Amino acid sequence: MNQFINKNLYGDYGDKEQATGASGTHSTAGEWPLWEVFIRSKAGLDHKHAGSLHAADAQMAIENARDVYTRRMEGVSIWVVESKNIHASDPYEAASMYEPANDKVYRHPTFYNLPDELKHM
Amino acid sequence: MNQLLYTLQIADNALIIGHRISEWCGHGPILEQDIAITNTSLDHLGQARSLYQHAADMFNALSAEQKNALFTSTALQNKINKGENIDEDDLAYLRDSWDFRNVLLTEQPNKDWAYTIVRSFFYDAFNFYFYTELQKSKDSVLAAIAEKSLKEVTYHLRWSSEWMIRLGDGTDESKERIQEAVDNRWAYTGEFFEATEADKAMLAEGIGVDLAGIKTKWMERVNAVLEEATLTLPANNWMHSGGKECRHSENLGFVLAEMQFMQRAYPDMEW
Repeated sequence: MNQFINKNLYGDYGDKEQATGASGTHSTAGEWPLWEVFIRSKAGLDHKHAGSLHAADAQMAIENARDVYTRRMEGVSIWVVESKNIHASDPYEAASMYEPANDKVYRHPTFYNLPDELKHM
Repeated sequence: MNQLLYTLQIADNALIIGHRISEWCGHGPILEQDIAITNTSLDHLGQARSLYQHAADMFNALSAEQKNALFTSTALQNKINKGENIDEDDLAYLRDSWDFRNVLLTEQPNKDWAYTIVRSFFYDAFNFYFYTELQKSKDSVLAAIAEKSLKEVTYHLRWSSEWMIRLGDGTDESKERIQEAVDNRWAYTGEFFEATEADKAMLAEGIGVDLAGIKTKWMERVNAVLEEATLTLPANNWMHSGGKECRHSENLGFVLAEMQFMQRAYPDMEW
């Protein structure tokens, strides 16, 4: 079935570029590759996905990210990774991947009797 | 008086190159570079604003006689004759080209991305060493502006240097086009280091920067980047001059016509 469906999954850009016209509606030849940008808003926090942009190489991607995503003091550190290097789970498999966890409430730590003295749990 | 003229030299450079670069807004080669170059333009305009505020303060403290002798632009003169204080907007919008003291390089047209990058690179490298030295100025306002601006200028220089290398050491076409831009714009770089009366007086008072001193560093930086970019400087050493003494190319007239239109057509309008 998959071969008839033009999937547009996050992180599939690299595959699309390599595909020779079989999928995708426009040519990406001559365009700069796409990069995903992760920004850490302050020291000690995680890098969070901020968005994506085009750049010719990693150096330019970091500079573009600085100009596009940190103009209002959003960050102290930037990571970039070429989008084609990100592999995503398949939404069509979401049912088998995630739904089995729905009825397994015992996996949540909600069945312990907590002593009254214990606060903030 | 020299201190005021000195401040205007620096401010006019910032305003005119800032305006030139702003012409790219909405026309950048790709969205990301459009944003990058427009950010840079705003940095230059921000520096110009601080410098003009400082210049306006110095101007307002002059005697009536000194005020009348300084500018010959009618629109600004009319305001001065009314006895009103002037501000940074008046200096930007009410002076004609013969009262501007920017170097000729800054008013040269963008032409294409290569010419724009070369102009920025020559200017950013100069600005970097200039502001580095200006931080030591005895004029505490200039020193503070220099310190704040240097962070921005450091990034400008990094950005334009990288583009020099990217285009120079790029494809045959990009190399040819940026080499042409280097050959054409080179003759506008001598003016950076020509000392005007204001330059000399401010250097003597410990307010200004020693242009001969930064010329060596500028040359080293330019050579290092050009070498990496596999580009060469033209053998021709003839240089344009005059901008710092208010003698401009026709290009400045076009810049001002666009930049000042609103204030000239609708005097004192606010928005």
